Amino acid sequence: MSALSDIWGPVVLTIELAGLTTAILLVISTPVAWWLARAPSLWKEIVGAVLALPLVLPPTVLGFYLLVMLGPDGPGGAIASLWGARTLAFSFTGLVIGSVIYSMPFVVQPIRNAFAAMGERPMEAAATLRASPWRAFWTVAVPLARPGFLTAAILGFAHTVGEFGVVLMIGGNIPGVTKVMSVAIFDFVETSRWREAHLLAAGMALFAFVVILAMSLIEKRMGRPAS
Amino acid sequence: MSEDAIRVRLRERRGAFTLDAAFVAPGRGVTAIFGPSGSGKTTVLRCIAGLHRVAQGHVEVGGEVWQDAARFRPVHHRPIGYVFQEASLFTHLDVRGNLLFGARGAGGEALLSFEQAVALLGLAPLLDRAPSGLSGGERQRVAIGRALLSRPRLLLMDEPLSALDRAAREEILPFLEQVHARLSLPILYVTHDMSEVERLADEIVLMERGRVIGAGPLARIQSDPDLPLMRARDAAVSLEGEIIAFDSAYGLATLAVAGGAFIAPAPHARVGERRRLRIMAGDVSLALSAPADSTILNISPARILDARPSGDHMIAVLGLGADGAGAHLIARVTRRSWDHLRLAPGLSLYAQVKGAALERV
Repeated sequence: MSALSDIWGPVVLTIELAGLTTAILLVISTPVAWWLARAPSLWKEIVGAVLALPLVLPPTVLGFYLLVMLGPDGPGGAIASLWGARTLAFSFTGLVIGSVIYSMPFVVQPIRNAFAAMGERPMEAAATLRASPWRAFWTVAVPLARPGFLTAAILGFAHTVGEFGVVLMIGGNIPGVTKVMSVAIFDFVETSRWREAHLLAAGMALFAFVVILAMSLIEKRMGRPAS
Repeated sequence: MSEDAIRVRLRERRGAFTLDAAFVAPGRGVTAIFGPSGSGKTTVLRCIAGLHRVAQGHVEVGGEVWQDAARFRPVHHRPIGYVFQEASLFTHLDVRGNLLFGARGAGGEALLSFEQAVALLGLAPLLDRAPSGLSGGERQRVAIGRALLSRPRLLLMDEPLSALDRAAREEILPFLEQVHARLSLPILYVTHDMSEVERLADEIVLMERGRVIGAGPLARIQSDPDLPLMRARDAAVSLEGEIIAFDSAYGLATLAVAGGAFIAPAPHARVGERRRLRIMAGDVSLALSAPADSTILNISPARILDARPSGDHMIAVLGLGADGAGAHLIARVTRRSWDHLRLAPGLSLYAQVKGAALERV
């Protein structure tokens, strides 16, 4: 196998994983963030804390529980049996599920903050202009929270690209299935292929820089204008 | 509005504050809801809009019940326009987008077309601008236009001028007067500024500590001896009348009101038009006989209807005409003069008005 395809495979797989994870997260997180951003109650704080757990848990702990859940004896195994598989662990599907959970706080939080920052007023104004709550949400709340969505998408994508511990625990290192960039670098180093490790590592460092720059530019360009 | 009334009864306890407000306002003209801050004015307005829900409430507008024990019509099903204290424009839309936002979803009869609203509020140069680039006064004009274009049958305004500086206020008031004069749309107007009431309102609902202490036509409430308006330092009455003469050489207009007529400076006036005259209590002095050779233009027979002491002054309610049956004025005179002239309710005398200001120019 050529060195280029050794590198290219993990890159494509990583982009697929991060892209899919981000898309799923944006769909799930929007209603969750909206619910969390409205008048806080103890219930919401508890749910918010649970969703934020991946921020502080060691990835191996999260990975361990995910492995148990996705394995043949967990709910993941039961789901996998629907299409004749034995387990969701060590599969791309399992990796997506793990990434969604792992990256969720990075997507929920910016959207929640954006919803909270706009306050009640825009929704009230929309209601007095005959907009149903549904229409007000899509034509007022979501467009106003756009910077939050953009930040959420970038953070969710970047964080998924950068995960390592969880992937190793639940995905292993199967080329084309679960061997993403961060695992590939580890693998190259283990096998003393320093050139490939350098290439991937430098690429990821550059990616991280671009992400952070993009974020601060977004914040600057879309900083809250006066109402 | 068909059944011409806005009927409101609201009751709520919130900590130390108790709201217990009930009033009926006519289904036309401007009704000011006036009171000091913290008196519950805004809560009343939000309840009428459906933005706030009190457990015990009855809101009825033009014969339709919007809230009672069994029903609560959600905000977006109430045909209202709402102008907030801060313009609250949608920052992701330009001015045109803001104006059209409400026009899109609303049913019912249009009060005015988009072009008419733009002309009425002077919005043409702003249409393609972003709200963040507008001045406070411009924003509030857009907010008013946006509310009008949503085809409301009732316009609710919550201190629309109080977040603005003096210049912006003076910029907006003429537009509000236009809205009042041109559209047959009932307006509930919350304010704590009496000068706005005197310029805009036909009716007033007086609030104090969560209660309505008086409601009715502005001039009647202004001269009601049992209500606090009369005792304010800058107490005044606002009289409606018709211009019956205009002397362009001296720039003076004569306004006929019930039981009398007043001459007031006016840069321009048209005979037959209806205008409003503001007469401050401090500008009215009393004489037992008709003064001759005075520089004061306005001397009218009147009768004292009521009088109340207020500090070292007496505040008298006067009815114009020798029988006192005309419009009411209030006069602020020192107690010394009061006693010296042996003034008392029932007495017929002459009211001299030193200053009368025509409004609604």
